[in-house]
Amino acid sequence: MKHILFLFALFIAAPIYAQTALPPAPYADRQLDDPALEKKASDLMLTIRCLTCQSQSIADSNASMAGDLRSQIRERIAAGEEPEQIRAWLIERYGDWISYEPTDDPLLWPLWAMPLLLLLVGGLLVAARIKRKRKGT
Amino acid sequence: MAAEVAENSCGGLGLMGRILLWLPLALFAALALFFASGLLRPDERVITSKLVGKPLPAFELPQAASDRPPLSSAEFAKGKPRMLNIFASWCVPCAAESSQLLALEKAGVPIDAIAIRDAREDVDAFLARWGNPYDHIGLDARSSVQIALGSSGVPETFIVDGQGRIVHQHIGDIRAEDVPKLIAIWKGAQ
Repeated sequence: MKHILFLFALFIAAPIYAQTALPPAPYADRQLDDPALEKKASDLMLTIRCLTCQSQSIADSNASMAGDLRSQIRERIAAGEEPEQIRAWLIERYGDWISYEPTDDPLLWPLWAMPLLLLLVGGLLVAARIKRKRKGT
Repeated sequence: MAAEVAENSCGGLGLMGRILLWLPLALFAALALFFASGLLRPDERVITSKLVGKPLPAFELPQAASDRPPLSSAEFAKGKPRMLNIFASWCVPCAAESSQLLALEKAGVPIDAIAIRDAREDVDAFLARWGNPYDHIGLDARSSVQIALGSSGVPETFIVDGQGRIVHQHIGDIRAEDVPKLIAIWKGAQ
């Protein structure tokens, strides 16, 4: 009986967030009225990493800091700032780590070169096969 | 297929063909090892601010506690190095580091603070319970100054020299063994 009562008590218990007592920032969970601006903001938010839940983007995270950053991004986009400006501003503070979008850092050049390299290898393979086929017939 | 390409005239595999035959497996093994090591290595959790060594961003925050004045970045350009503690009344490790902050204050280190996403009565209650080592306390209700500082959580402590340049960032609660190190860095910033 005690256990059942305890289970029922769980239903009415308010979840405890060890984060903050304040309500979320104004634009944390509210879209901008202009759909074009909202798209700009949400595209950026999907590629910015949450500092509290480090494997999520701020668009996916419920952490209060992610909410504050979402609100800040929406407000700055609404004020006319470009998404890439905001990304650069954040990278200046937190490093490349904060962005899910790969940068043009020399460290990442092999990553950018990889598709071309694979295409080249594929092309060579096909060329060799065609040559053999021609020889065979 | 790779072997087919490199077949020599006798129909057997040449040296090149044998290498090509094993190459995909070797590549797979290398990738599997790489991913396994990534899965087994603990995730990097501490994100340091890239503003260490750079000027403190300009800010002006409203009052956070009833008996302390508000905080602006101008406080940090008056010629004397200061500590800037990022805390919140809802943060448990912040309560844990309070006695270390009081020890730093006793050692003569001036400390200001920014309370993150907080309310006046909560800050007052927190300081009444855990002690108040701060000269100024600013309220950052939307974490905006915290983000501008490149800080990724609470508690964090910055040491700022007299010209407003950030010289050190301490992430997480200050333990008793960190106190002498922080005093040395603060003295070094004079």
